[in-house]
Amino acid sequence: MGNKILGVVLAIIAAFAVGGIALNRDEPINALWIVTAAVCIYLLGYRFYAAWITAKVLSADATRATPAERLNNGRDFVPTHRWVVFGHHFAAIAGPGPLVGPTLAAQFGYLPGTLWILVGSVIGGCVQDMIVLFLSTRRDGRSLGQMARDELGPLGGVAALIGTLMIMVILIAVLGLVVVNAMKGSPWATSTVALTIPIAILVGLYLRRIRPGRVLEGSIIGVTLLVLSVWAGGLIDHSETLRGWFNHPGPPLALAVIVYGWSAAILPVWLLLAPRDYLSTFLKLGVVAMLAIAIVIMHPVLKMPAITQFVDGTGPIFSGKVFPFVFITIACGAISGFHALVSSGTTPKLITNETDVRLVGYGSMALESFVGIMAMIAATLLDPGVYFAINTGAGVVGAAAADAVRTISGWGFPVSVEQMQALATEVGESTLFARTGGAPSLAVGMASIFGTSFGRGLMSVWYHFAIMFEAVFILTTVDAGTRVGRFMVQDLIGQVWKPMAKTSWYPSILISSTLIVAAWGYFLYIGVIDPNGGINILWPLFGISNQMLASIALSVATGILIKKGNFKHALVTFVPLAWLAIVTTTAAIQKIFSADPKLGFFAGANDLAAKLASGALPPERAAVAPQLIFNQHLDGWLTVFFTVVLWIVLVDMLRIAARRMRGQHVPTGSEAPYTVSQLNPANGDVNGVASGARA
Amino acid sequence: MKQAVRTVWECVRTVSGDNAYERYLTHHAQAHRGTVPLSRREFYAQMTDQKWSGVSRCC
Repeated sequence: MGNKILGVVLAIIAAFAVGGIALNRDEPINALWIVTAAVCIYLLGYRFYAAWITAKVLSADATRATPAERLNNGRDFVPTHRWVVFGHHFAAIAGPGPLVGPTLAAQFGYLPGTLWILVGSVIGGCVQDMIVLFLSTRRDGRSLGQMARDELGPLGGVAALIGTLMIMVILIAVLGLVVVNAMKGSPWATSTVALTIPIAILVGLYLRRIRPGRVLEGSIIGVTLLVLSVWAGGLIDHSETLRGWFNHPGPPLALAVIVYGWSAAILPVWLLLAPRDYLSTFLKLGVVAMLAIAIVIMHPVLKMPAITQFVDGTGPIFSGKVFPFVFITIACGAISGFHALVSSGTTPKLITNETDVRLVGYGSMALESFVGIMAMIAATLLDPGVYFAINTGAGVVGAAAADAVRTISGWGFPVSVEQMQALATEVGESTLFARTGGAPSLAVGMASIFGTSFGRGLMSVWYHFAIMFEAVFILTTVDAGTRVGRFMVQDLIGQVWKPMAKTSWYPSILISSTLIVAAWGYFLYIGVIDPNGGINILWPLFGISNQMLASIALSVATGILIKKGNFKHALVTFVPLAWLAIVTTTAAIQKIFSADPKLGFFAGANDLAAKLASGALPPERAAVAPQLIFNQHLDGWLTVFFTVVLWIVLVDMLRIAARRMRGQHVPTGSEAPYTVSQLNPANGDVNGVASGARA
Repeated sequence: MKQAVRTVWECVRTVSGDNAYERYLTHHAQAHRGTVPLSRREFYAQMTDQKWSGVSRCC
């Protein structure tokens, strides 16, 4: 009964908030409406949809022993309190993706992105994460690739493995590009980001040598030093000699990130990766909480229109119509295939009780989605003119400030050179024009939120704190991703040449690390030399690959649900799967076949080749044109590849489904047999769970 | 109140992995009575390697 009353109350509030957003279309809207609508929608989804799925569709059984209980080894398999697993899982899935995607998608206005983040997460992303987590828990913590092989067949398994490797390469490249663009020509940002490396190493040594495993002590020391590094960066920026050391254009910075990524992959994890991750997790949780509080204190009015003219596909930040590109641009925050890898990795080995998957899987994703909503608010509270001036590449609006301002004002978003200069000075940068990639505009948005709520005099410190926060975050993903990529390359080559499979054999480490870094380093470098900012090419490619991975995960889930026998229940994963297949395929077809050189990869390559041949390009553009032409061809073929993989897995799943419906033999899968749990879920008395953690 | 603070503190220690070694010792004492447990240093080294051999961070 209480449940129903709560539901009705939430639904009424949500309806009011959404109605408020819808009815105020011609006047500015306060961000609190969006926050309220979002929170209510998440709670409704969690309370009703997720509860129904766990109880009816998955038949989660509180009496069934989980792998954490059956295989408890005190290390990776450990029954853990659900709030602790929630914390672990959220820290694992939340990365820079939900910060960047919504910032870019804000070019369509705040409404399309916000609606997709809310609807996509509640019926797509949260459901995917929860169901994959549940299925892996039922299968002793098997990975997505293993489940694809067991449940669909060898084809699905290979597709999942190669797909994962490819998405890793694109992901690291695009994130590297975001960091490079944030550091470009900014001694303050560059020196602060550089300082985070020795700080991480110091914490690594502390945790390994001085006070082994005292994670909290090490993290507190590290986070304090990180905050000081923002201040130190300011000092460096004000010193004439020192600032020269850190003032670089894109290409050398890209090279630095590449060398850094390679070093991180071959160094022992305890030295750099593990301590950096502790720091980034603490920062992440702190900043997310701070941002939520500050948005409520500031309750800013969104200055961006609900919908801009760029829904017609002429957007300057990335090309393509609102359908399908808003669904490609915002992957993380709505639905992200990458989460399926985490949900079928460490997390299922910690689940104490099957019913915990609702909080851990659905709840964590809802919170990540909320991070996406906050990023959207931070982007759309800026003057639209300022937003476009920061995020549009020089190749689109012209390199001279006066040209950029004229073009952007001509779109109906007035902005002046003086306004941009004043803002740049306020945040301590030399310029904010054409700082593509999303990080600088998000940092300006965050700085104005924090500045308004906690003191405006510190705008430049807030700005560089935000940049440092994003960089620490991103570099952790670069490190961790390169390492996982290294293991995958070792595994792949190891199948042909045995010695490569020895993960700790040094020649194997060197070869595989070099291969994976060369792969993402290539895309990063091309992105940096692209006069249009690179992000407009790489981000859609990342979105397409991430949605392809989500489609693989949802195909595996749908296949298993169909095998269970209730075809209607399989709709909970089949509907998001069908939507993703439509969206991703439409986007891919446009990226491949569109005759518009801004949208189609091949059309873009041909257009550039024609300009190069006719001598229409200025010399500096002509010099990089051959590389850009080759890259556009490569991106086109990659898109073809991702689409083919998606359809192979989807058709494979439909084949299994059809066999099951006709009563023919299907792979039996790998679900572990029922064992009764010895842990009593009713009183929460769980052996092996730290008694104090029973919150 | 004191109890609540202690609960929250324990929760923070568990989420961050600060008390992972203590929890390992408890488990070891129950499940592997009579054998010598890993030292704090060895345990931390093993935990770190294990954590970073799979996908544990996302985009």
